[in-house]
Amino acid sequence: MQLLIFYGFGFFALFSGIAMIMSRQPVTSALLMVVNMFCLAGLYAQLGAHLIAVLQVMVYAGAIMVLVLFVIMFLNLREKAGIVSKHGVMMQALGIAALGFVITAIIAKLDMAKLPAAKAPAADFGSVAAIGRVLFTDYLLPFEITSVLLLAAIVGAVVLAKRKV
Amino acid sequence: MFDYTYLPAPNLIPSIVEMMLKIVFIFSMNMGVFAPLLGWVERKQSALMQDRIGANRAEIFGFTVFGLLHTVTDAIKLLTKEDFIPRGADRPLHYLAPFIAVVPSLVAFAVIPFGGKYMLWGHEVNLVIADLNVGMLYVFAVASLATYGAVIAGWASNNSWSMLGSMRVGAQMLSYEVAMGLTLVGIFMVYGSLQLTTIGMAQENFFHWGIFLQPLGFILFIACALAENKRTPFDMPEAESELIAGYFTEYSGLKFAMFWMAEFLEMVTIAAVLVALFFGGWHIPFITHQGLIAAMGYLFGANFGAIAAMIIHVAVFWLKVVVWIMILMLIRWSLPRFRFDQVMKLGWKIVLPLALANIFITGLVLLAVR
Repeated sequence: MQLLIFYGFGFFALFSGIAMIMSRQPVTSALLMVVNMFCLAGLYAQLGAHLIAVLQVMVYAGAIMVLVLFVIMFLNLREKAGIVSKHGVMMQALGIAALGFVITAIIAKLDMAKLPAAKAPAADFGSVAAIGRVLFTDYLLPFEITSVLLLAAIVGAVVLAKRKV
Repeated sequence: MFDYTYLPAPNLIPSIVEMMLKIVFIFSMNMGVFAPLLGWVERKQSALMQDRIGANRAEIFGFTVFGLLHTVTDAIKLLTKEDFIPRGADRPLHYLAPFIAVVPSLVAFAVIPFGGKYMLWGHEVNLVIADLNVGMLYVFAVASLATYGAVIAGWASNNSWSMLGSMRVGAQMLSYEVAMGLTLVGIFMVYGSLQLTTIGMAQENFFHWGIFLQPLGFILFIACALAENKRTPFDMPEAESELIAGYFTEYSGLKFAMFWMAEFLEMVTIAAVLVALFFGGWHIPFITHQGLIAAMGYLFGANFGAIAAMIIHVAVFWLKVVVWIMILMLIRWSLPRFRFDQVMKLGWKIVLPLALANIFITGLVLLAVR
């Protein structure tokens, strides 16, 4: 059952990812990316990381992608005949094939026995309390630095927006 | 790590049956009771408020049943109307948008408890479809997806009015989502949990209801919820006097009905969240959860007593929800509309700072009390 759900989400994530790149319509691409993020959230949820899954949907699918869609609609980007030369397509296909080859080679070289054994997660793994505790103890410094970074981004956005006034 | 058995183990069957029953119950409550009936309630309530009679002409053999038959005639009308797709529209997206609008308000109900926990023949029944640890965050996540239905509808219609409507939806929903999350942080701090069942149990004592512990949070949340629902006074995206009908201008027939339904179901969800967070969920004031189960157990025996208590609690929950739907409709028919810049100003300059102040004050009080 779990495996079926995993394959379902995995298939849709891959499918929407590929379709997103292939789509010529910017809005369709954005929506396919939302589908992709939703599938990833499903995979997180299946791993027991409910908070991450919900945040993935809330922040990426719910907020950031709406903004992306908003910008696409604002600029009214409709379908355009792309300047895609045959040469470019060939190069891309070659590149993807080469990358696939490298990844396959790495996986083949991996010695599974040497990897650390999988540990069973703690009972409260993925719960809000567990993540909060870790965030405010072990990872306090990165957490606070992130907030400084976000503050800098907000100030930067305000400066950029206010320049024209 | 994975179990390769595709069939559920026999000891899981009661839980699966329970899950199925709960899903069917919530689904039929929403689609079978609220979605069709709220249109009638809205008509009759607005008529009452404006000293009119309201819909009363549809009849079968002379029986009008308080205008209830208008629900049926509406359904027939919407079913038989031409399903029109404008030229130049993005056909698949135009088709998909109403579905994206309806689904979030239905699935958001998964984490809202409509009753407590009851022991029936040694099997514990927890009256919530999915008792997630992240609880309310799930509702936020699903609600944030509701934006897409309206935004895509406007874009796919290839109509400038619709487009303007969907731009407004995007801006409005995004602004109020931020504020809505912050208005409820106070509630989470007070009850120490995001889980709606835990919050529900914590409101057993009448004086611990969210409305008494978080009055400011309640007012701010209701403002945000109204804005998310896109009804008057926040109906900027539809704005009949400026944008024809906003993002669903180009929709007819059943697809139009789906946007209509989405709006009503959102209202039910908002009312349910309000009840679960601020108005004691399924609890009856001054009667404890176990107290009612014990009293009913005394009357009907342990198992049937638990069932009786369960029915009473579920009825109380839905009664509160209905009362809240009425109040939300009352607001809709009493207040004039905002201008769009006023909506934005209210969201970013009033609700958001007040929500932050609410979090700060709640923190101070919690520190002082402990």
